[in-house]
Amino acid sequence: MKSLVKQEKTAMSGDEAVAFAVKQSDVDVVAAYPITPQTIIVEKFSEYVANGEVQTEFVCTESEHSALAASLAASATGARAFTATASAGLALMHEMLFVTSGCRSPVVMAVANRALSAPLNIHGDHSDSIAQRDSGWIQLYVENAQEAYDSVIQAFRIAEDFGVMLPVMVGLDGFTLSHTLENVETLPDDVTKEFVGSRLLPNILTHEGKTVPFKLDPDNPMTMGPIALQNYYFEFKRQQDEAMKNALAVIQNINDEYAEVSGRKYGNGLVEVYQLEDAEVAVVCMGSTAGTMKNIVDELRQEGVKAGLLRLRTFRPLPVEEIRKALENVKAVAVLDKSLSFGGNGGAVFHEVRHVLYDAKAKPYVVNYVYGLGGRDASPTELRGIYNDLLQILEKGVENPIQYLGLRE
Amino acid sequence: MTSQEWKFTSKDIAAKPDLFMSGHRACAGCVPATVMRLVMKATRGPTIVTEATGCMEVVSSIYPYTSWATPWLHTAFETAAANASGIEAALKIMKKKGKVKQDKVDVIAIAGDGGTYDIGIQALSGAVERGHDFLFVLYDNEAYMNTGIQRSGGTPHGASTTTTPAGTAVPGKLEYKKPIADIMVAHDMPYVATASPYYWRDLLTKVRKGLEVEGPAFLHVLAPCPRGWRSDPAKSMEYSKLAVETCVFPLWESVNGQCQLSVPSRLIALAPQKKKPVADYLRGQGRFRHMFGPQGKKLLEEMQLIADEKWQRILKKCGMEKQP
Repeated sequence: MKSLVKQEKTAMSGDEAVAFAVKQSDVDVVAAYPITPQTIIVEKFSEYVANGEVQTEFVCTESEHSALAASLAASATGARAFTATASAGLALMHEMLFVTSGCRSPVVMAVANRALSAPLNIHGDHSDSIAQRDSGWIQLYVENAQEAYDSVIQAFRIAEDFGVMLPVMVGLDGFTLSHTLENVETLPDDVTKEFVGSRLLPNILTHEGKTVPFKLDPDNPMTMGPIALQNYYFEFKRQQDEAMKNALAVIQNINDEYAEVSGRKYGNGLVEVYQLEDAEVAVVCMGSTAGTMKNIVDELRQEGVKAGLLRLRTFRPLPVEEIRKALENVKAVAVLDKSLSFGGNGGAVFHEVRHVLYDAKAKPYVVNYVYGLGGRDASPTELRGIYNDLLQILEKGVENPIQYLGLRE
Repeated sequence: MTSQEWKFTSKDIAAKPDLFMSGHRACAGCVPATVMRLVMKATRGPTIVTEATGCMEVVSSIYPYTSWATPWLHTAFETAAANASGIEAALKIMKKKGKVKQDKVDVIAIAGDGGTYDIGIQALSGAVERGHDFLFVLYDNEAYMNTGIQRSGGTPHGASTTTTPAGTAVPGKLEYKKPIADIMVAHDMPYVATASPYYWRDLLTKVRKGLEVEGPAFLHVLAPCPRGWRSDPAKSMEYSKLAVETCVFPLWESVNGQCQLSVPSRLIALAPQKKKPVADYLRGQGRFRHMFGPQGKKLLEEMQLIADEKWQRILKKCGMEKQP
């Protein structure tokens, strides 16, 4: 695919790519608190503020809890708001994550995915954001710094879509992506600005029959974040689930629209299907691991092995149809989890993929590999071994459905 | 009109439409509800209110009804000041970008003692340190009334609550009321004041001053709660008055760190014989009932001592300490 505009190629870390995307997206308020490995985002953005390169109010809060509370309040006031965090910071935001989605505030947040304490560990895994999968946030997981840049830009459009109006989390693997320099192609400022546009507000009908913009506006007083009891709460929650379903189409459309501008697209926006058409064995994974996996699939294909890969780019909303369609003709599937659901019989991604395949016509074998916790490296050799295991399963069946990769037992 | 120009006469007050309207579900004799109404009577123009979880939030916003005729946001228990930060930041930048048409929109954060002294103090301290232009109003009913009268950092020494019940071994709350307004003064913020709704004109003027000041302002309002204080709902205003007359809750304001007594308390300072004994305030409040039984004498004396010491401290701070 060719881009219509000339783009600049710069060496950037994933965090820098995120900050640059925010800089270009006409964000009104950034409220954030620094935490490794997200710090570069906040630092880089502070430089933009210090040098007058952005028209953004930067609120350096005293905690992540307040960072999200301030972002949510700014968003409720009609502003475009962004925040970023990782690990313990996301855990501290837990309460406010639900409030943000419940208030239908389209805040965008980058999460430099990192392990949770204890023991303290600053390195990358998905424990932090997977633990928040039911918080009502759309979750995108990116493969590289380029996608981090592209996804943050797209996230504002997705979040602010009137049929969605939900916050979006963009997850990038801590250190592997957040701190590693890559070549990142960036769009010219005006092109990004035009793509993102200014924040628009949906109109809502008041009890007086007036149509007013959905924001805290002294001209049209509105009560936001009220108490809703047994008689209304349930309906609010059901509407959030509907909005999530709407997001499935919106994410795809924006992925297509962005491709026209930039020349880059990520599968259909929800999943990326790699060599799956005739695959007998397949791996499902999220994040940067997919890059390594694609090389392995290429090698295996050259050796005549019918190997494939499914990368989940969107984890919330779960692209049920896409997952089923991609995997239902595969004979054995290995799902990779960079987090652990203690006592839950495997990781969260495994649970969900297997749940989708329950409705498949021909049920493939589905096994789980928990890997990379606390930043433990997963080497190409180890990852390739997963395909060998799947080939074994085709002959002998499943012996142990839940395995730990690269772990000392 | 500035606070100097607007005299807050009864006529002015009556003429101004309520932004906190009737129909809310507060208890009979609830002073926090009166405080809400008074605070909103003192606004000077377009105002956005953000409120912490608590009594006043739940009684005023039960979906699909609302008592707020001004934009109002609630998010969580500990977030009133953080929300105010976000609102203020948004207004500031959107004004610059031409997305807000009003010249000035005031921001008021409201929280009870739980949302201020305890769970909300971090966000409050942070927002004040960052210097956001907003007024934080604490309605202090001296315990977690919304959840059923549990003690807070604002509960006075000796009070019986459901988590510090006065028993045979422990006579109510052992700890002392946190000096929250002093803590706020220590933030070197431009305006801090205490108020009692009995002295409504004083309260209104302080709200207006808090709004007029550039930067953060903090207003500590004592707000009797007949349910939690185990007092007669008809006497809530009487307790609002007695708290000041006994110097349990002196009225003062600190402008840029310069502390001065407000009129009701200054009159007592000038004529100390007017200072009523603390027992007058405590008597009739069920939460202090154990102080009036046979074992209570020592505790009652201690309560007088606490109030006297606090009063002396404030007199000294306001330069009204009696020369020996």
